[in-house]
Amino acid sequence: MKELKQVKTIAQPTLKVTAEKGCGECQTSCQSACKTSCTVANQECENIRRR
Amino acid sequence: MIHCYQFREHNIVIDVNSGAIHLVSDLMYQLLSDPTTVFHFPKEDVAEATEEIKALAEAGMLFTDDEQITTEMLEDRGAVIKAMCLHVAHDCNMACRYCFGDTGAFDGPRSLLSLETGKQAIDFLLAHSGTRRNLEIDFFGGEPLLNFDVVKALVAYGREAEKSYGKNIRFTITTNGLLLDDKKSEFINETMDNVILSIDGRKDVNDKMRLTPGGKGTYDVVVNNFQRFAAKRKGTYYVRGTFTADNLDFAEDVRHLASLGFQNISVEPVVTDSSKSYALREEHLPRIFQEYDALADQYLDAALRGEPFSFFHFRIDLTQGPCVVKRVSGCGAGTEYVAVTPEGDLYPCHQFVGNPEFLLGNVKDPVFENRLYDRFNRAHIYIKDECRDCWAKFYCSGGCHANAYHSNDDLLKPYHLGCETERKRLECAIGIQAVLATQA
Ligand code: SF4
Ligand code: SF4
Repeated sequence: MKELKQVKTIAQPTLKVTAEKGCGECQTSCQSACKTSCTVANQECENIRRR
Repeated sequence: MIHCYQFREHNIVIDVNSGAIHLVSDLMYQLLSDPTTVFHFPKEDVAEATEEIKALAEAGMLFTDDEQITTEMLEDRGAVIKAMCLHVAHDCNMACRYCFGDTGAFDGPRSLLSLETGKQAIDFLLAHSGTRRNLEIDFFGGEPLLNFDVVKALVAYGREAEKSYGKNIRFTITTNGLLLDDKKSEFINETMDNVILSIDGRKDVNDKMRLTPGGKGTYDVVVNNFQRFAAKRKGTYYVRGTFTADNLDFAEDVRHLASLGFQNISVEPVVTDSSKSYALREEHLPRIFQEYDALADQYLDAALRGEPFSFFHFRIDLTQGPCVVKRVSGCGAGTEYVAVTPEGDLYPCHQFVGNPEFLLGNVKDPVFENRLYDRFNRAHIYIKDECRDCWAKFYCSGGCHANAYHSNDDLLKPYHLGCETERKRLECAIGIQAVLATQA
């Protein structure tokens, strides 16, 4: 894609490329700090192949 | 689907299905959010912006569809349990006014987990964890330090038992801190992967809610214990508070906790029945949003100065977050996550404990069949009407089942106030990353 003048992309389209079955090794969201909500975006991915 | 919003002086556009996030010019922002307002821009610029929008769409970074997600991915994940909230004590040495667990008893008798039942719970987890290697046990209550000998014995037991299964159990503990002396701290520091320390913030705020059964405030004892603990802590910990309608200025509480030297802070909206005077209501939302904005300022300032300050809900990794499957499947309550009472009873999570409708069985049962598996497994973002059309779905993953159930009597109808606050927190979290990206 040629350089865009009106856009600066700060996050690449990661959701498309990570579409597999999921290895399930990551932490269960609610255990991490809050116990009352399930935001997953702040969880870390534990799949060594993706690192 | 895209979501456009402004944060500070930045125009942010989120391409929901691909996860791409863009900072765009004023013109492009208007083109994307309301094309009828661009007539005063020079024609060539409008043409350029339109071309660039097309280029982004062709590159899969704007207006992307979500065809990467299949029903199989969502519903065929196999019934594997990998995380357990182990209620080692249905009893508490505090009587917090807002406690969702009936001041520790969870609407049942006051009781402590026996070592034997605790071992059976660990065996249960190991036996039902399928091919998952990393497992989690959170020692919860009530107050787990009331039954600390059992906690210690269970850590030792878990360390042994995991070997024969080739697993790795991560232990965490959530405590109110009243009994957190140096000896216990040392053990916790050595064995726990994460520690959650409960405190609400400023002394008057904390002591209005977090009381001893005799009605005395707990701030002084707890702060002292937590500071001693945090000073020696090598791994992760969070101080975790609750805000209510009585402290809508909760950014002050976060600031206060930071001033006490705590680096990782999480302050959460109270979960309670709406008849309570301190319950959060829709009319509080503008004020709550204002506080999150104030926290975002504080977070940014600290980040730009390189100071350690972390607010749980603003932590977000835009380059390497969790995979799509994790993002659509939610918290895992009732599927991969269970809570276990001192009697060994199994529930979908700690917030369903005590409700007979959600009793799943007992760790002592010779065979376990999760009768609610389908009900929880299917409660994902593509089934819930609100979530399907929500820009935040891949960050939020569908909200808290317990909140949905308790507020609307329906697992599939998210708790509206929770959604509003979640979206605001996410806008802040992504906005912070956007500002940091422009500074880099
Ligand atoms: S914010 Fe609410 S509507 Fe949006 S994904 Fe989360 S639970 Fe669903
Ligand atoms: S239902 Fe709610 S409280 Fe229970 S594990 Fe899920 S997010 Fe946490």
